[in-house]
Amino acid sequence: MHPAFSVIFLTTLSGVGQGLFLALVTAQSYAAVGFIELENPSAFFGIGSLIALLFLAAGLFASFFHLGHPERAWRSIARWRTSWLSREVIVLPLFMGVVFIYGVLHYFGWDPNVLGVSNPLQGQLSLLVGLVGTVICFALFVCTAMIYACIKFLQEWHTPLTVANYILLGTASGFTLATAYAAIQAPHLTTLYAVWAVIITLSALVTRVWSLLRNRRIQYKSSLRTAVGISHSNIVQKSQGFMAGSFNTREFFHGAPRQVFLAIKWAFLVLVFPVPLLLLAAGMGSSAVAVLLAAFLVQYAGLIAERWFFFAQANHPQNLYYQTVG
Amino acid sequence: MTQLALVIDLNVCVGCHACVTSCKQWNTSGPAGYMSDDNPYDKDPTGTFFNRVQTFEVGNYPNTETVHFPKSCLHCEDPPCVPVCPTGASYKRESDGIVLVDYDKCIGCKYCSWACPYGMREIDEHQKVMKKCTLCVDRIYDTSLPEAERKPACVMACPTNARLFGDVHDPESEVSLAIRERGGYPLMPEWGTKPANHYLPRRKTRITIHEDELTRADNPLKKERKQAPHTIEGPTLDDSTMW
Amino acid sequence: MANPIHDPVLKAADQGSRIETRNTTCYMCACRCGIRVTLRDGEVRYIQGNPDHPLNKGIICAKGSSGIMKQYSPARLTKPLRRKQGAERGTNEFEEISWDEAFAMLEERLAHIRATDPRKFALFTGRDQMQAMTGLFAKNYGTPNYAAHGGFCSVNMAAGMIYTIGGSFWEFGGPDLDRAKLFVMIGTAEDHHSNPLKMELSKFKRHGGKFISINPVRTGYSAIADEWIPIKPGTDGALFLALIHEIIKTGLYDRDFLIQYSNAAELVNLDTKSSEEGMFVRFEVPEEEGCFDPQNKLWWDRDLNKPISTHTPGADPYLLGEFTLEDGTPVKPAFQLLTERVEEYTPEWAENITGIPAATIRRLAHEMGITARDERIELPIAWTDVWGNEHDTVTGNPVAFHAMRGLAAHSNGFHSIRSLSILMSILGTIDRPGGFRHKAPFPRPIPPCAKTPTGPEGVQPNTPLAGMPLGWPADPDDLFVDEQGEPVRIDKAFSWEHPLAVHGLMHNVITNAWRGDPYKIDTLMIFMANMAWNSSMNTVDVRQMLNDKDENGEFKIPFLVVCDAFQSEMVAFADLVLPDTTYLERHDVMSMLDRPISEYDGPVDSVRVPVVPPKGECKPFQEVLIELGTRLKLPAFTHEDGSRKFRDYPDFVINYETAPGSGIGFLAGWRGKGGEKFMKGEPNPSQWEMYEKNNCVFHYELPRSYQYMRNWNEGYLRWAQNHSLTRYAEPINIHIYSEVLQKFRLAAQGRTPGGRVPPERLRKRVDTYFDPLPFYYEPLEAQYSDKHRYPLNALTQRPMAMYHSWDSQNAWLRQIHTYNYLYVNAQTAQAAGIADGGWMWAESQWGKVRCLCRYSQAVEPGTVWTWNAIGKAAGAWGLTPQANESQQGFLLNHLISEELPAHSAGEHISNSDPVTGQAGWYDVRVRIYPADAEEPEVSSPQFEPLQQVPGQSKRPSWLAWFAGGRKGHR
Ligand SMILES: Nc1nc2c(c(=O)[nH]1)N[C@H]1C(S)=C(S)[C@@H](COP(=O)(O)OP(=O)(O)OC[C@H]3O[C@@H](n4cnc5c(=O)[nH]c(N)nc54)[C@H](O)[C@@H]3O)O[C@H]1N2
Ligand SMILES: Nc1nc2c(c(=O)[nH]1)N[C@H]1C(S)=C(S)[C@@H](COP(=O)(O)OP(=O)(O)OC[C@H]3O[C@@H](n4cnc5c(=O)[nH]c(N)nc54)[C@H](O)[C@@H]3O)O[C@H]1N2
Ligand code: SF4
Ligand code: SF4
Ligand code: SF4
Ligand code: SF4
Ligand code: SF4
Ligand SMILES: [Mo]
Repeated sequence: MHPAFSVIFLTTLSGVGQGLFLALVTAQSYAAVGFIELENPSAFFGIGSLIALLFLAAGLFASFFHLGHPERAWRSIARWRTSWLSREVIVLPLFMGVVFIYGVLHYFGWDPNVLGVSNPLQGQLSLLVGLVGTVICFALFVCTAMIYACIKFLQEWHTPLTVANYILLGTASGFTLATAYAAIQAPHLTTLYAVWAVIITLSALVTRVWSLLRNRRIQYKSSLRTAVGISHSNIVQKSQGFMAGSFNTREFFHGAPRQVFLAIKWAFLVLVFPVPLLLLAAGMGSSAVAVLLAAFLVQYAGLIAERWFFFAQANHPQNLYYQTVG
Repeated sequence: MTQLALVIDLNVCVGCHACVTSCKQWNTSGPAGYMSDDNPYDKDPTGTFFNRVQTFEVGNYPNTETVHFPKSCLHCEDPPCVPVCPTGASYKRESDGIVLVDYDKCIGCKYCSWACPYGMREIDEHQKVMKKCTLCVDRIYDTSLPEAERKPACVMACPTNARLFGDVHDPESEVSLAIRERGGYPLMPEWGTKPANHYLPRRKTRITIHEDELTRADNPLKKERKQAPHTIEGPTLDDSTMW
Repeated sequence: MANPIHDPVLKAADQGSRIETRNTTCYMCACRCGIRVTLRDGEVRYIQGNPDHPLNKGIICAKGSSGIMKQYSPARLTKPLRRKQGAERGTNEFEEISWDEAFAMLEERLAHIRATDPRKFALFTGRDQMQAMTGLFAKNYGTPNYAAHGGFCSVNMAAGMIYTIGGSFWEFGGPDLDRAKLFVMIGTAEDHHSNPLKMELSKFKRHGGKFISINPVRTGYSAIADEWIPIKPGTDGALFLALIHEIIKTGLYDRDFLIQYSNAAELVNLDTKSSEEGMFVRFEVPEEEGCFDPQNKLWWDRDLNKPISTHTPGADPYLLGEFTLEDGTPVKPAFQLLTERVEEYTPEWAENITGIPAATIRRLAHEMGITARDERIELPIAWTDVWGNEHDTVTGNPVAFHAMRGLAAHSNGFHSIRSLSILMSILGTIDRPGGFRHKAPFPRPIPPCAKTPTGPEGVQPNTPLAGMPLGWPADPDDLFVDEQGEPVRIDKAFSWEHPLAVHGLMHNVITNAWRGDPYKIDTLMIFMANMAWNSSMNTVDVRQMLNDKDENGEFKIPFLVVCDAFQSEMVAFADLVLPDTTYLERHDVMSMLDRPISEYDGPVDSVRVPVVPPKGECKPFQEVLIELGTRLKLPAFTHEDGSRKFRDYPDFVINYETAPGSGIGFLAGWRGKGGEKFMKGEPNPSQWEMYEKNNCVFHYELPRSYQYMRNWNEGYLRWAQNHSLTRYAEPINIHIYSEVLQKFRLAAQGRTPGGRVPPERLRKRVDTYFDPLPFYYEPLEAQYSDKHRYPLNALTQRPMAMYHSWDSQNAWLRQIHTYNYLYVNAQTAQAAGIADGGWMWAESQWGKVRCLCRYSQAVEPGTVWTWNAIGKAAGAWGLTPQANESQQGFLLNHLISEELPAHSAGEHISNSDPVTGQAGWYDVRVRIYPADAEEPEVSSPQFEPLQQVPGQSKRPSWLAWFAGGRKGHR
């Protein structure tokens, strides 16, 4: 597939926002059960939510570039029964709304105990919102991932690993950002986040490498034989019917040379996993903001590469029909 | 239920591209408006078409088949492009099974094109909406056209009549008959999309020659021989029997 | 919210618009289908095939469907242009002038030439369809230097078949696929009758017929052949001769047909001492000899065992054997000579030449022979032959052939095509159901009657030419040569170099005029031919010749007039450009006097009528000719007193008669005062309206009994005579043995006392190639070249979606063919180290091109090919200089020479068939090698990019064609 930057940014930016939100809720949950103490939580959660919102908004903004008619974007809520894209379009703003409420509740300290229970599980409204938000957040991850995973003939995508990767990569980047954020805003949380960031990044490494290995062994169900319906071992296209390209040659081919394609794969494998892990490890003890920020930036850059590769690697069966200019 | 479709006869398609440009000219001035072309007089001209004709070579010299392969939306019975559309712009008509895009609703997200395994959808780079073969829905029901012309533009154009049009659910229709009797097949059956359009395979006619056909009594060479009159001297059955 | 735009039929686009439909005739190619044009508010909305047209019955092709983009192309010329003073030719530096100025320039110049030396005006026209009118103009002007595209197109096809069976493929006849059971197509990629052929091929296949294609390349039609027989280019003659060999050997020929309808049984004089050697024995000389075969030859009767006048009732002649006449003259039936000739042409012999296994050749011969014999058709149609025999049925041997330039465009094409005609004849398939069928005005006598003047005295100042500019020589006396036997025409047609050059040699005109050989000319007028590009051989040099100057700084070809509709490469070289209309803007006729669109069942002619007004100042070339003819006071266009005869072209078409009161004009339909007559009759002032009312076509269906066996069909021939299609109702017997050729050979052998003799250098050549029986020889270029250095043959194919050079300006069609690859058999390419899709060189002894390679399994390994005329010069055709056509596309013509390597026949002998002067396009031999990695990735050669000319419209950067209506309503 042709990696469209609008979609790369949509998915990675919103992944960061979602992960960061999850990190915030994680901290609050820890605090709620008394694992940790929070200092100045309203600023930490308020500003943290704002940052998450900014990432989500940037993602949303990027997504508009993907549309031919952004002014009609509202129409895309229509088919939530059948379309994961429609669902994503519904869930994303919903999620942003929840994040917004979550942040506002924290920032202004509006946090009545709605459940009427007290310790060890505090019945704060914000926590409740956070938990609801968590559910929606995962729903959003699932919607986004399923947009790709549900297309069965994009075999590289059509696997639960796609969902796992979206969740884990998004969450990892969010936690890495949270680590750096904590280093600035709440240094006592740095280690907690760093540890989680490392754990999630390692998990993501497992699922992502797993998917790479899986994709290496894919047996494509479609071939020129099924595409044109002629059974012969030697079928070669001589003309795709036009010479200077069309939507079908622009949208479904990455168009990069093989070396670039492979370089990008290695780039993301290095940038998303070992480098941030090392930086996290290095920055964890010292709460070195610069190092942790670097960890996030490197990982995010790696994710852009990862997402590029995710698209580029997907082999659309339609490409069987568009192979030769002649 | 009706399912209109094209059946394309690869046995006679000569790859002339008449179906390609007749489709373009009909549709560019049609209800959906123009079908844009970029760089029309410059490097890399590219434009929106609903129908393309491709060429494949099958086999090795000298046992090579050249196959011309026209390709437009297959109007799948279970079209994966439809449920994924977030706006409902892509839809399949109950009444006749035609898969269409409502250009007024389309947001140009291209998702439906990803969901078509056949590469039959093209975004119009200037109108920014997804387009595809409409099975000439604006011709086939147009009562202001003479009855014989209520057919897709490409079908009317095709010089070899390689494009048959009709209801594949009506077992008596020309297209159903062709599919049944001439081995009509769908493309990429592995995805369960159940394309309504079918393709008819190549067929070969051969001549069988029997040895005796080369040595027949009426061989004209025999007339060129100067023949001596032939009489027999000795006795024959004629002399000794009677019936 | 609007309705879904597609759902119910919303005629939103049409609402409030003015919709009109008009019928006319397509001219995106020479097929000339009937079309129906729908206009919305005056703009072309849709062009469809006219379902009521006999030719295409509603179908249309890719080009025809793209007429809109032709009509509104920015490549269109819209103003008369004059080359800027001092500008070089080929640079496109023009200034606009008015038509008045243009006419004044032409009138002055042409009047002067006409009054002094009319030869110095040459008019050559390309792939046009108005030869009747351009030829009429040239003849009236008095110049011998006129021809149309035939010489570089397929004159071998016309001459080879017409000199053998009195009709031909191309636009004159074709295969009856309705009835055929076996169809053999040779060297055809697209051809003129392309839409009907596609239609018929499909029907033929669906009816279960077997379709064999013989072609080095498998594209287009060949793709759907049941059997593809790859053949080495230029070797088909060998194949046909081997097929004839096998068919005769196995007795699979149609003996009765040959005896009755050909000269196979006629006795040939074999007296080596006689000046009549190789001529048929005649028993008396008829009083009047016209252009027909007098029935005064002999057969050797089997029963009487003595010579007998041919077609004597009850006679049964020998086809084989040798006999001696009473006076001791040894004689043999022509068929015996043919049999002896093909004796050595065994399938094994042919296998070595053609690359087709001998077993396949045998099988083919058997399939043909057995199908012809055992699948015989008897139609219950009674008819009478010219000898008065009544037949209850029409018989057909259902083996049909079709062939085109794969045979014609080789320098051995004439004899290959004669071989094919003879193969068709011995199978008994001429003008019979399921075989070859004529189209009116064919069959013609062998050869047809028209003749050129026979010497320089036929050309006189201020006088029409004393004959036709083109004709059909029957013997050396018909040649158009001077005392020394040297050519009178600038293209050397009808000279001893190319005696039967019945369509001229357009491909040599520029070179000859540039060299002044045989003389210099003044004005060269080119209509509808892209001679600076795809219709010239040796294009790089020809472009230089067009711009070349003599010692005095004067152009060697002093004045160049080009009438074109588009900004072609040729336009750039003009001194004066005349912008023509398009086919949608003008009146035109597809005339019986030219190449009509007749069907097998009878004559058909048709017209074009304007459906949109001319763009800018475009003027139909027909109007230009009428205006010029009037100003020059040419007899056809003016009254005795010099006053104008015709208001305009439509008026001319109505009122012109070939001779005063002849009743024969350009159109055959609705003649007579009220349109009650056809073929012949007084002018009808409403003729155009009547054509328009009838789909722009006139179709006369002959009675069934006149539809077959027309060479010998009493009823038909009388009908044709009564309707002035032909002068003689005489039988047109098939020339298995060609006496016409023998006459030239005898002259070359110096055995025609007092007769014309070829110049010394050409004697051997004429002696060799004017063999009365078909024979195989290697194409001339191969004979005179190093075949080891240049081991491959290079060919072109017609792409179905493009017409020659003229569709690159079409925004839709150029997306299908934006540039071209050289297709090379994968093994051949790999052996040469060339990658699929890589840059490579193809080099002949004449030049080289850098191009892109595409591997193919559908091409014979010794052949490389490309689509014809896709490559363009940078900046031509309204395209930007960066357009792929010029940067990645290439023209094969750069590799092809217009002249052969110097050899005994001369230094500057045309690269053409030695009999007909047909351009040997497909003879070129090349070698291939990869381009270096450092070389630029552009095709070579490149030319200085052309600017647009004044009057061209702006090129939009993108297009949103929507005809009329509520423009941009969404
Ligand atoms: N679409 C379209 N139609 C056209 C034209 C066009 O430009 N475009 N041009 C028109 C004109 S002017 C003409 S003359 C006709 C020509 O019509 P065709 O004769 O059909 O056209 P070509 O492309 O010259 O076809 C030559 C074929 O002969 C094959 N060939 C070459 N050499 C040999 C050989 O030695 N033996 C055999 N057996 N085959 C050989 C080539 O591979 C090719 O397939 O088409 C007319 N129709
Ligand atoms: N290598 C190679 N070369 C070939 C051939 C081949 O097979 N291989 N084929 C040869 C054959 S068979 C032929 S017939 C020739 C054809 O060669 P040409 O006769 O030169 O044909 P075109 O390239 O079509 O160019 C004709 C010119 O007519 C112009 N034109 C188009 N429409 C109109 C109109 O309505 N009015 C006027 N006035 N002009 C118009 C076009 O713009 C173009 O400049 O090419 C020959 N050249
Ligand atoms: S061919 Fe593609 S676009 Fe057409 S209905 Fe099937 S899936 Fe949809
Ligand atoms: S591009 Fe248009 S039709 Fe396709 S999925 Fe998006 S909204 Fe639907
Ligand atoms: S049915 Fe109509 S829209 Fe579809 S390919 Fe044919 S002409 Fe085009
Ligand atoms: S118009 Fe007919 S013959 Fe031509 S490419 Fe299309 S389907 Fe094939
Ligand atoms: S075959 Fe030629 S005349 Fe017929 S529609 Fe096509 S371009 Fe026009
Ligand atoms: Mo031609």
